[in-house]
Amino acid sequence: MKSRRFVLTFPPEATGEPITYNLIRKFDIMVNIVKADVSPGQVGHLVMEMTAPSKILKEGMEYMKERNVECVPIDRTITYQKDLCVHCGACSAVCFAGALTMNRSTAELVFDAEKCVVCELCLTACPLKLFSIDLG
Amino acid sequence: MLRKRSIVEINEKIRKGRAVVLTAEQVAAMGREATPAEVAEKVDVVTTGTFGPMCSSGMFINFGHTDPPMRMEKITLNNVPVFGGIAAVDAYVGATETALPHDQYGGAHVIEELIAGKDVLLQATAKGTDCYPRTEVKTLLNKATVNEMIMFNPRNAYQNYNVAVNSTSKMKFTYMGTLLPSFGNATFSTSGELSPLLNDPEMRTIGIGTRIFFGGTTGYVAWHGTQFNTGKPVNEHGVPIGNSATLALIGNAKEMSTRFIRAAYFEKYGVSIFVGVGIPIPVLDEEMARRVMVRNSQIETNIIDYGSPGHDLLGRVNYESLFSGEITLNGKKIRTAPLSSVRVAREIAETLCREITAGRFMLTAPVEAFRKTTGLNSLEIRL
Repeated sequence: MKSRRFVLTFPPEATGEPITYNLIRKFDIMVNIVKADVSPGQVGHLVMEMTAPSKILKEGMEYMKERNVECVPIDRTITYQKDLCVHCGACSAVCFAGALTMNRSTAELVFDAEKCVVCELCLTACPLKLFSIDLG
Repeated sequence: MLRKRSIVEINEKIRKGRAVVLTAEQVAAMGREATPAEVAEKVDVVTTGTFGPMCSSGMFINFGHTDPPMRMEKITLNNVPVFGGIAAVDAYVGATETALPHDQYGGAHVIEELIAGKDVLLQATAKGTDCYPRTEVKTLLNKATVNEMIMFNPRNAYQNYNVAVNSTSKMKFTYMGTLLPSFGNATFSTSGELSPLLNDPEMRTIGIGTRIFFGGTTGYVAWHGTQFNTGKPVNEHGVPIGNSATLALIGNAKEMSTRFIRAAYFEKYGVSIFVGVGIPIPVLDEEMARRVMVRNSQIETNIIDYGSPGHDLLGRVNYESLFSGEITLNGKKIRTAPLSSVRVAREIAETLCREITAGRFMLTAPVEAFRKTTGLNSLEIRL
Protein backbone atom coordinates (compact mmCIF):
# COMPACT_ATOMS: atom_id res chain seq x y z
CA MET A 1 0.00 0.00 0.00
CA LYS A 2 1.20 3.42 -0.87
CA SER A 3 -0.09 6.86 0.19
CA ARG A 4 0.60 9.86 -1.95
CA ARG A 5 -0.79 13.37 -2.21
CA PHE A 6 -2.00 14.65 -5.54
CA VAL A 7 -3.37 17.87 -7.00
CA LEU A 8 -6.25 17.08 -9.35
CA THR A 9 -7.25 19.72 -11.86
CA PHE A 10 -10.66 19.18 -13.41
CA PRO A 11 -11.60 20.68 -16.78
CA PRO A 12 -15.09 22.29 -16.78
CA GLU A 13 -16.62 19.35 -18.70
CA ALA A 14 -15.36 16.70 -16.26
CA THR A 15 -16.90 18.08 -13.11
CA GLY A 16 -20.26 16.47 -13.91
CA GLU A 17 -18.79 12.97 -13.48
CA PRO A 18 -18.27 11.53 -9.99
CA ILE A 19 -14.54 10.96 -10.41
CA THR A 20 -13.69 10.48 -6.73
CA TYR A 21 -16.68 8.18 -6.21
CA ASN A 22 -15.46 6.02 -9.09
CA LEU A 23 -11.92 5.97 -7.72
CA ILE A 24 -13.30 4.51 -4.51
CA ARG A 25 -15.92 2.16 -5.96
CA LYS A 26 -14.23 0.94 -9.12
CA PHE A 27 -10.59 0.95 -8.03
CA ASP A 28 -10.90 0.55 -4.26
CA ILE A 29 -8.58 3.48 -3.65
CA MET A 30 -8.71 4.97 -0.15
CA VAL A 31 -9.29 8.67 -0.64
CA ASN A 32 -8.75 11.52 1.80
CA ILE A 33 -9.73 14.92 0.45
CA VAL A 34 -7.45 17.62 1.86
CA LYS A 35 -8.76 20.60 -0.07
CA ALA A 36 -11.53 21.03 -2.65
CA ASP A 37 -12.43 23.89 -4.93
CA VAL A 38 -14.84 22.45 -7.47
CA SER A 39 -17.91 24.05 -9.03
CA PRO A 40 -20.01 22.67 -11.91
CA GLY A 41 -18.98 23.99 -15.31
CA GLN A 42 -15.71 25.45 -14.09
CA VAL A 43 -12.08 24.45 -13.71
CA GLY A 44 -11.77 22.79 -10.33
CA HIS A 45 -8.96 21.80 -8.00
CA LEU A 46 -8.88 18.93 -5.57
CA VAL A 47 -6.02 18.07 -3.29
CA MET A 48 -6.22 14.53 -1.99
CA GLU A 49 -4.29 11.73 -0.50
CA MET A 50 -4.78 8.40 -2.27
CA THR A 51 -3.86 5.11 -0.66
CA ALA A 52 -3.71 1.88 -2.70
CA PRO A 53 -1.20 -0.64 -4.06
CA SER A 54 1.02 1.01 -6.71
CA LYS A 55 -0.62 -0.91 -9.55
CA ILE A 56 -4.12 0.22 -8.55
CA LEU A 57 -2.96 3.81 -8.07
CA LYS A 58 -1.54 3.75 -11.57
CA GLU A 59 -4.85 2.46 -12.97
CA GLY A 60 -6.73 5.17 -11.11
CA MET A 61 -4.43 7.83 -12.53
CA GLU A 62 -4.92 6.36 -16.00
CA TYR A 63 -8.70 6.54 -15.52
CA MET A 64 -8.44 10.23 -14.61
CA LYS A 65 -6.14 10.95 -17.53
CA GLU A 66 -8.72 9.50 -19.94
CA ARG A 67 -11.23 11.98 -18.53
CA ASN A 68 -8.84 14.92 -18.95
CA VAL A 69 -8.36 15.26 -15.22
CA GLU A 70 -4.81 16.36 -14.55
CA CYS A 71 -3.29 14.43 -11.65
CA VAL A 72 0.02 15.75 -10.36
CA PRO A 73 1.74 14.15 -7.38
CA ILE A 74 2.99 16.53 -4.72
CA ASP A 75 6.57 15.57 -4.26
CA ARG A 76 7.96 18.95 -5.11
CA THR A 77 8.09 21.92 -2.78
CA ILE A 78 7.80 25.66 -3.21
CA THR A 79 10.49 27.95 -1.89
CA TYR A 80 10.76 31.74 -1.94
CA GLN A 81 13.43 34.33 -1.30
CA LYS A 82 12.08 35.66 1.96
CA ASP A 83 14.80 38.29 2.38
CA LEU A 84 13.75 40.00 -0.88
CA CYS A 85 10.00 39.85 -0.20
CA VAL A 86 8.20 43.20 0.13
CA HIS A 87 5.08 41.61 1.69
CA CYS A 88 2.74 43.02 -0.95
CA GLY A 89 0.39 40.04 -0.71
CA ALA A 90 -0.09 39.36 -4.43
CA CYS A 91 0.86 35.69 -3.96
CA SER A 92 -1.71 35.25 -1.19
CA ALA A 93 -4.41 36.27 -3.68
CA VAL A 94 -4.01 33.08 -5.70
CA CYS A 95 -3.17 30.64 -2.90
CA PHE A 96 -6.46 28.75 -2.69
CA ALA A 97 -4.79 26.21 -0.38
CA GLY A 98 -4.25 28.88 2.26
CA ALA A 99 -0.50 28.30 2.54
CA LEU A 100 0.32 31.94 1.81
CA THR A 101 -1.48 34.40 4.06
CA MET A 102 -0.94 37.88 5.42
CA ASN A 103 -0.41 38.30 9.16
CA ARG A 104 -2.88 40.99 10.18
CA SER A 105 -0.79 42.61 12.90
CA THR A 106 2.69 42.46 11.35
CA ALA A 107 1.39 42.86 7.76
CA GLU A 108 3.96 40.26 6.75
CA LEU A 109 3.61 37.28 4.47
CA VAL A 110 3.35 33.93 6.22
CA PHE A 111 4.14 30.73 4.33
CA ASP A 112 2.85 27.48 5.80
CA ALA A 113 4.60 24.81 3.74
CA GLU A 114 2.36 22.10 5.25
CA LYS A 115 -0.66 23.58 3.51
CA CYS A 116 1.06 24.10 0.16
CA VAL A 117 -0.33 21.93 -2.62
CA VAL A 118 2.32 23.04 -5.14
CA CYS A 119 -0.26 24.40 -7.58
CA GLU A 120 2.48 26.82 -8.69
CA LEU A 121 0.13 29.79 -9.05
CA CYS A 122 2.37 31.84 -6.74
CA LEU A 123 5.28 31.48 -9.17
CA THR A 124 3.55 33.71 -11.67
CA ALA A 125 1.50 35.81 -9.22
CA CYS A 126 4.56 37.18 -7.39
CA PRO A 127 5.44 40.48 -9.11
CA LEU A 128 9.02 40.15 -7.88
CA LYS A 129 9.39 36.55 -9.11
CA LEU A 130 10.67 35.31 -5.76
CA PHE A 131 9.08 31.84 -5.82
CA SER A 132 10.64 28.74 -7.30
CA ILE A 133 10.06 25.01 -7.38
CA ASP A 134 12.39 22.80 -5.42
CA LEU A 135 12.46 19.43 -7.13
CA GLY A 136 13.92 17.77 -4.05
CA MET B 1 -10.50 76.14 22.66
CA LEU B 2 -7.43 75.01 20.71
CA ARG B 3 -5.42 77.72 19.07
CA LYS B 4 -4.73 76.90 15.46
CA ARG B 5 -1.19 75.82 14.70
CA SER B 6 0.79 77.08 11.71
CA ILE B 7 3.41 75.10 9.85
CA VAL B 8 5.98 77.70 10.94
CA GLU B 9 5.10 77.00 14.58
CA ILE B 10 5.28 73.25 14.04
CA ASN B 11 8.70 73.59 12.39
CA GLU B 12 9.89 75.64 15.36
CA LYS B 13 8.84 72.78 17.66
CA ILE B 14 10.60 70.28 15.40
CA ARG B 15 13.78 72.36 15.55
CA LYS B 16 13.62 72.46 19.34
CA GLY B 17 12.96 68.70 19.48
CA ARG B 18 9.57 69.28 21.09
CA ALA B 19 7.23 68.21 18.29
CA VAL B 20 4.90 65.29 18.94
CA VAL B 21 4.98 63.11 15.84
CA LEU B 22 2.90 59.96 15.40
CA THR B 23 2.26 57.64 12.49
CA ALA B 24 -1.20 57.58 10.91
CA GLU B 25 -1.77 54.11 12.36
CA GLN B 26 -0.89 55.28 15.84
CA VAL B 27 -3.19 58.27 15.62
CA ALA B 28 -6.01 56.13 14.17
CA ALA B 29 -5.69 53.85 17.20
CA MET B 30 -5.55 56.88 19.52
CA GLY B 31 -8.74 58.12 17.87
CA ARG B 32 -10.72 55.20 19.28
CA GLU B 33 -10.50 56.83 22.70
CA ALA B 34 -9.61 60.46 22.08
CA THR B 35 -11.69 63.19 20.44
CA PRO B 36 -10.40 65.25 17.51
CA ALA B 37 -9.95 68.18 19.90
CA GLU B 38 -7.75 66.06 22.19
CA VAL B 39 -5.70 64.73 19.28
CA ALA B 40 -5.30 68.26 17.91
CA GLU B 41 -4.11 69.40 21.34
CA LYS B 42 -1.51 66.64 21.70
CA VAL B 43 -0.21 65.85 18.21
CA ASP B 44 1.73 68.15 15.89
CA VAL B 45 2.49 65.93 12.91
CA VAL B 46 1.16 62.65 11.54
CA THR B 47 3.28 60.62 9.14
CA THR B 48 1.83 58.52 6.35
CA GLY B 49 3.26 55.95 3.96
CA THR B 50 2.47 53.83 0.96
CA PHE B 51 4.38 51.23 -1.03
CA GLY B 52 2.39 49.88 -3.94
CA PRO B 53 2.85 49.15 -7.62
CA MET B 54 2.55 52.51 -9.37
CA CYS B 55 2.57 52.69 -13.13
CA SER B 56 3.02 56.18 -14.54
CA SER B 57 6.50 56.33 -13.06
CA GLY B 58 9.86 56.91 -14.66
CA MET B 59 13.21 58.61 -14.52
CA PHE B 60 15.00 61.32 -16.48
CA ILE B 61 18.65 60.55 -17.05
CA ASN B 62 21.50 62.58 -18.51
CA PHE B 63 24.24 60.28 -19.78
CA GLY B 64 26.96 62.90 -20.26
CA HIS B 65 28.50 63.69 -23.65
CA THR B 66 30.82 61.44 -25.64
CA ASP B 67 33.83 62.78 -27.51
CA PRO B 68 33.06 63.49 -30.33
CA PRO B 69 29.52 64.29 -29.20
CA MET B 70 26.34 62.59 -30.32
CA ARG B 71 22.69 63.56 -30.57
CA MET B 72 21.29 60.21 -29.44
CA GLU B 73 18.06 59.21 -31.19
CA LYS B 74 17.21 55.55 -30.77
CA ILE B 75 18.36 54.60 -27.28
CA THR B 76 18.14 51.43 -25.20
CA LEU B 77 19.28 50.65 -21.65
CA ASN B 78 19.74 46.91 -21.09
CA ASN B 79 17.78 46.53 -24.36
CA VAL B 80 14.81 48.45 -22.98
CA PRO B 81 13.88 51.36 -25.30
CA VAL B 82 14.04 54.70 -23.51
CA PHE B 83 12.67 58.00 -24.81
CA GLY B 84 15.41 60.19 -26.24
CA GLY B 85 13.34 62.79 -28.00
CA ILE B 86 14.26 65.46 -25.48
CA ALA B 87 17.86 66.52 -26.16
CA ALA B 88 21.21 65.08 -27.22
CA VAL B 89 21.96 62.96 -24.15
CA ASP B 90 18.82 63.32 -22.04
CA ALA B 91 16.35 60.45 -21.91
CA TYR B 92 13.29 59.33 -19.98
CA VAL B 93 13.18 55.76 -18.76
CA GLY B 94 9.51 54.82 -18.61
CA ALA B 95 8.88 52.22 -15.89
CA THR B 96 6.47 50.13 -17.97
CA GLU B 97 8.52 50.02 -21.20
CA THR B 98 9.74 46.51 -21.92
CA ALA B 99 12.61 44.85 -23.72
CA LEU B 100 10.43 42.99 -26.20
CA PRO B 101 10.15 40.09 -26.74
CA HIS B 102 11.29 39.65 -23.13
CA ASP B 103 8.39 41.56 -21.64
CA GLN B 104 9.16 40.53 -18.07
CA TYR B 105 12.11 42.95 -17.94
CA GLY B 106 11.45 46.64 -18.38
CA GLY B 107 12.19 50.22 -17.51
CA ALA B 108 11.38 49.60 -13.86
CA HIS B 109 14.12 46.98 -13.69
CA VAL B 110 16.61 49.36 -15.35
CA ILE B 111 15.72 52.03 -12.78
CA GLU B 112 16.10 49.56 -9.90
CA GLU B 113 19.48 48.35 -11.20
CA LEU B 114 20.74 51.92 -11.61
CA ILE B 115 19.61 52.82 -8.09
CA ALA B 116 21.38 49.67 -6.83
CA GLY B 117 24.61 51.02 -8.41
CA LYS B 118 24.86 48.34 -11.09
CA ASP B 119 26.27 48.81 -14.57
CA VAL B 120 23.66 49.15 -17.32
CA LEU B 121 24.30 48.71 -21.07
CA LEU B 122 23.66 51.85 -23.13
CA GLN B 123 23.22 51.48 -26.88
CA ALA B 124 22.23 54.37 -29.12
CA THR B 125 22.27 55.37 -32.75
CA ALA B 126 21.93 58.74 -34.49
CA LYS B 127 22.00 60.17 -37.99
CA GLY B 128 24.91 62.44 -37.11
CA THR B 129 24.91 66.21 -37.52
CA ASP B 130 27.57 68.87 -38.04
CA CYS B 131 27.58 69.66 -34.34
CA TYR B 132 26.97 66.05 -33.17
CA PRO B 133 28.96 63.89 -35.63
CA ARG B 134 28.94 60.58 -33.74
CA THR B 135 26.41 58.03 -35.06
CA GLU B 136 26.55 55.17 -32.57
CA VAL B 137 27.57 54.31 -29.05
CA LYS B 138 27.73 51.16 -26.95
CA THR B 139 29.00 51.39 -23.41
CA LEU B 140 28.29 50.68 -19.76
CA LEU B 141 27.09 53.33 -17.35
CA ASN B 142 26.00 53.50 -13.73
CA LYS B 143 24.75 56.08 -11.26
CA ALA B 144 28.26 57.33 -10.53
CA THR B 145 29.02 58.00 -14.21
CA VAL B 146 25.82 59.75 -15.32
CA ASN B 147 25.10 63.39 -14.54
CA GLU B 148 21.52 63.19 -13.30
CA MET B 149 18.94 60.58 -12.43
CA ILE B 150 15.72 62.44 -11.68
CA MET B 151 12.71 60.34 -10.78
CA PHE B 152 9.62 62.05 -12.09
CA ASN B 153 6.40 60.13 -11.69
CA PRO B 154 3.36 61.75 -13.31
CA ARG B 155 0.86 59.72 -11.28
CA ASN B 156 1.58 58.22 -7.87
CA ALA B 157 -0.07 57.84 -4.48
CA TYR B 158 -3.65 57.27 -5.65
CA GLN B 159 -6.02 58.57 -3.02
CA ASN B 160 -8.14 55.45 -3.19
CA TYR B 161 -8.48 52.59 -5.63
CA ASN B 162 -10.88 49.89 -6.74
CA VAL B 163 -11.20 46.35 -5.46
CA ALA B 164 -10.85 43.87 -8.34
CA VAL B 165 -12.88 40.67 -8.74
CA ASN B 166 -13.49 38.36 -11.70
CA SER B 167 -16.97 37.05 -12.51
CA THR B 168 -15.92 34.96 -15.51
CA SER B 169 -14.99 31.28 -15.61
CA LYS B 170 -11.44 32.06 -16.71
CA MET B 171 -8.43 33.35 -14.82
CA LYS B 172 -7.80 37.05 -15.54
CA PHE B 173 -4.30 38.50 -15.50
CA THR B 174 -4.45 42.18 -14.61
CA TYR B 175 -2.50 45.02 -13.02
CA MET B 176 -4.56 44.11 -9.96
CA GLY B 177 -2.80 40.74 -9.91
CA THR B 178 -4.10 37.32 -10.88
CA LEU B 179 -7.88 37.19 -10.47
CA LEU B 180 -9.22 33.70 -9.94
CA PRO B 181 -12.41 32.77 -11.83
CA SER B 182 -15.91 32.88 -10.34
CA PHE B 183 -15.08 35.47 -7.68
CA GLY B 184 -12.26 33.22 -6.38
CA ASN B 185 -10.48 36.23 -4.88
CA ALA B 186 -10.61 40.00 -4.53
CA THR B 187 -7.49 42.17 -4.70
CA PHE B 188 -7.02 45.73 -3.51
CA SER B 189 -4.13 48.16 -3.46
CA THR B 190 -3.79 50.68 -0.67
CA SER B 191 -2.14 51.24 2.66
CA GLY B 192 -5.57 52.34 3.93
CA GLU B 193 -5.42 54.45 7.07
CA LEU B 194 -1.66 54.90 6.47
CA SER B 195 -2.14 56.25 2.95
CA PRO B 196 -1.05 59.88 2.40
CA LEU B 197 -4.04 61.29 0.53
CA LEU B 198 -6.55 59.43 2.70
CA ASN B 199 -5.23 61.34 5.71
CA ASP B 200 -5.74 64.72 4.05
CA PRO B 201 -8.58 63.98 1.63
CA GLU B 202 -9.21 67.62 0.76
CA MET B 203 -5.47 68.27 0.35
CA ARG B 204 -5.40 71.22 2.71
CA THR B 205 -1.73 70.58 3.58
CA ILE B 206 -0.52 68.73 0.47
CA GLY B 207 0.02 70.77 -2.68
CA ILE B 208 2.64 71.87 -5.18
CA GLY B 209 6.04 71.95 -3.50
CA THR B 210 5.24 69.74 -0.50
CA ARG B 211 8.39 68.02 0.79
CA ILE B 212 7.95 64.27 1.07
CA PHE B 213 9.71 60.95 1.61
CA PHE B 214 10.23 59.56 -1.87
CA GLY B 215 11.92 56.25 -2.63
CA GLY B 216 14.19 56.46 0.40
CA THR B 217 15.19 60.09 0.10
CA THR B 218 13.62 63.54 0.20
CA GLY B 219 11.41 64.41 -2.74
CA TYR B 220 8.72 66.90 -3.62
CA VAL B 221 5.20 67.05 -4.92
CA ALA B 222 5.70 68.59 -8.38
CA TRP B 223 2.11 68.96 -9.47
CA HIS B 224 -1.21 67.24 -9.15
CA GLY B 225 -0.95 63.78 -10.70
CA THR B 226 -2.44 62.77 -14.02
CA GLN B 227 -6.05 61.55 -13.91
CA PHE B 228 -6.43 63.79 -10.86
CA ASN B 229 -10.09 63.76 -9.96
CA THR B 230 -11.58 65.54 -6.98
CA GLY B 231 -15.10 65.07 -8.30
CA LYS B 232 -15.64 61.61 -6.81
CA PRO B 233 -18.42 61.12 -4.28
CA VAL B 234 -17.34 61.11 -0.64
CA ASN B 235 -18.78 58.98 2.16
CA GLU B 236 -20.05 60.24 5.51
CA HIS B 237 -16.46 60.41 6.80
CA GLY B 238 -15.45 62.73 3.96
CA VAL B 239 -13.37 60.08 2.21
CA PRO B 240 -13.62 59.81 -1.61
CA ILE B 241 -14.93 56.45 -2.79
CA GLY B 242 -12.88 54.81 -5.55
CA ASN B 243 -9.87 56.21 -7.39
CA SER B 244 -9.71 59.99 -7.10
CA ALA B 245 -6.78 62.35 -6.44
CA THR B 246 -3.18 61.57 -7.47
CA LEU B 247 0.25 63.22 -7.14
CA ALA B 248 3.09 63.93 -9.56
CA LEU B 249 6.33 63.42 -7.65
CA ILE B 250 9.94 64.37 -8.22
CA GLY B 251 13.17 63.40 -6.50
CA ASN B 252 16.85 62.54 -6.89
CA ALA B 253 16.97 58.86 -7.88
CA LYS B 254 20.73 58.74 -7.21
CA GLU B 255 19.88 59.03 -3.52
CA MET B 256 17.05 56.50 -3.58
CA SER B 257 17.17 52.99 -2.19
CA THR B 258 16.04 49.69 -3.69
CA ARG B 259 14.32 49.07 -0.38
CA PHE B 260 11.74 51.64 -1.46
CA ILE B 261 11.89 51.35 -5.27
CA ARG B 262 11.31 47.84 -6.62
CA ALA B 263 10.59 46.64 -10.14
CA ALA B 264 7.56 44.41 -10.61
CA TYR B 265 6.14 42.19 -13.31
CA PHE B 266 2.46 41.29 -13.31
CA GLU B 267 1.86 38.08 -15.20
CA LYS B 268 0.52 38.59 -18.74
CA TYR B 269 0.05 42.28 -17.98
CA GLY B 270 3.48 43.82 -17.88
CA VAL B 271 6.06 45.72 -15.90
CA SER B 272 5.29 48.15 -13.12
CA ILE B 273 7.21 49.54 -10.17
CA PHE B 274 6.71 49.61 -6.40
CA VAL B 275 7.27 53.16 -5.19
CA GLY B 276 7.65 54.18 -1.57
CA VAL B 277 6.03 57.50 -0.68
CA GLY B 278 5.54 59.11 2.72
CA ILE B 279 3.97 62.47 3.45
CA PRO B 280 3.88 64.28 6.80
CA ILE B 281 0.56 65.90 7.65
CA PRO B 282 0.67 68.90 9.99
CA VAL B 283 -2.20 68.84 12.48
CA LEU B 284 -3.17 72.45 11.96
CA ASP B 285 -6.48 72.33 13.77
CA GLU B 286 -9.27 70.11 15.04
CA GLU B 287 -10.59 69.48 11.53
CA MET B 288 -7.17 68.24 10.41
CA ALA B 289 -7.03 66.02 13.51
CA ARG B 290 -10.36 64.50 12.55
CA ARG B 291 -8.93 63.70 9.11
CA VAL B 292 -5.72 62.02 10.29
CA MET B 293 -7.70 59.92 12.79
CA VAL B 294 -9.40 58.11 9.87
CA ARG B 295 -9.62 54.35 10.34
CA ASN B 296 -9.80 51.53 7.80
CA SER B 297 -13.45 50.94 8.75
CA GLN B 298 -14.24 54.50 7.60
CA ILE B 299 -12.53 54.22 4.20
CA GLU B 300 -14.62 52.66 1.48
CA THR B 301 -14.07 51.75 -2.13
CA ASN B 302 -15.84 50.19 -5.09
CA ILE B 303 -15.80 46.53 -6.02
CA ILE B 304 -15.24 46.30 -9.77
CA ASP B 305 -15.67 43.25 -11.99
CA TYR B 306 -12.48 43.13 -14.06
CA GLY B 307 -13.98 40.21 -15.97
CA SER B 308 -16.71 42.35 -17.55
CA PRO B 309 -15.77 44.50 -20.57
CA GLY B 310 -17.24 47.62 -19.00
CA HIS B 311 -15.68 46.96 -15.58
CA ASP B 312 -19.05 46.78 -13.89
CA LEU B 313 -19.51 48.22 -10.40
CA LEU B 314 -20.70 45.44 -8.10
CA GLY B 315 -20.70 46.98 -4.67
CA ARG B 316 -18.92 48.94 -2.01
CA VAL B 317 -16.71 47.72 0.85
CA ASN B 318 -14.53 49.22 3.57
CA TYR B 319 -10.84 48.51 4.16
CA GLU B 320 -11.40 47.00 7.57
CA SER B 321 -13.25 44.16 5.80
CA LEU B 322 -10.69 43.96 3.00
CA PHE B 323 -7.77 43.67 5.44
CA SER B 324 -9.66 41.00 7.42
CA GLY B 325 -8.97 38.53 4.58
CA GLU B 326 -12.56 37.98 3.52
CA ILE B 327 -15.47 40.00 2.18
CA THR B 328 -19.03 39.01 1.31
CA LEU B 329 -20.46 39.95 -2.07
CA ASN B 330 -24.02 38.95 -2.98
CA GLY B 331 -23.96 36.34 -0.23
CA LYS B 332 -20.71 34.76 -1.41
CA LYS B 333 -17.61 34.87 0.74
CA ILE B 334 -14.55 36.01 -1.20
CA ARG B 335 -10.94 35.76 -0.06
CA THR B 336 -9.18 39.13 -0.21
CA ALA B 337 -5.52 39.97 -0.76
CA PRO B 338 -3.59 43.23 -0.85
CA LEU B 339 -1.13 44.23 -3.60
CA SER B 340 0.33 47.19 -1.72
CA SER B 341 2.69 46.46 1.15
CA VAL B 342 1.43 47.73 4.49
CA ARG B 343 4.60 46.31 6.02
CA VAL B 344 6.81 48.69 3.98
CA ALA B 345 4.27 51.56 4.18
CA ARG B 346 4.53 51.28 7.98
CA GLU B 347 8.33 51.34 7.74
CA ILE B 348 8.12 54.54 5.64
CA ALA B 349 5.75 56.24 8.10
CA GLU B 350 8.01 55.20 11.01
CA THR B 351 11.14 56.41 9.20
CA LEU B 352 9.54 59.77 8.48
CA CYS B 353 8.38 59.96 12.10
CA ARG B 354 11.97 59.39 13.32
CA GLU B 355 13.43 61.94 10.88
CA ILE B 356 10.97 64.65 11.91
CA THR B 357 11.36 63.90 15.62
CA ALA B 358 15.14 64.16 15.21
CA GLY B 359 14.80 67.53 13.47
CA ARG B 360 16.15 66.30 10.14
CA PHE B 361 12.96 66.73 8.11
CA MET B 362 11.07 70.02 8.15
CA LEU B 363 7.51 70.49 6.96
CA THR B 364 6.53 72.72 4.07
CA ALA B 365 3.40 74.67 3.27
CA PRO B 366 2.23 74.09 -0.31
CA VAL B 367 3.54 76.73 -2.73
CA GLU B 368 0.16 76.45 -4.37
CA ALA B 369 -2.96 74.41 -3.60
CA PHE B 370 -4.35 71.96 -6.15
CA ARG B 371 -7.27 72.99 -8.27
CA LYS B 372 -10.60 71.21 -7.91
CA THR B 373 -11.80 69.13 -10.83
CA THR B 374 -15.18 67.83 -11.82
CA GLY B 375 -14.26 64.58 -13.54
CA LEU B 376 -12.07 63.00 -16.18
CA ASN B 377 -12.17 63.20 -19.95
CA SER B 378 -12.48 59.99 -21.93
CA LEU B 379 -10.77 59.53 -25.27
CA GLU B 380 -13.36 59.91 -27.96
CA ILE B 381 -12.82 57.88 -31.15
CA ARG B 382 -13.45 60.50 -33.82
CA LEU B 383 -12.27 58.70 -36.99
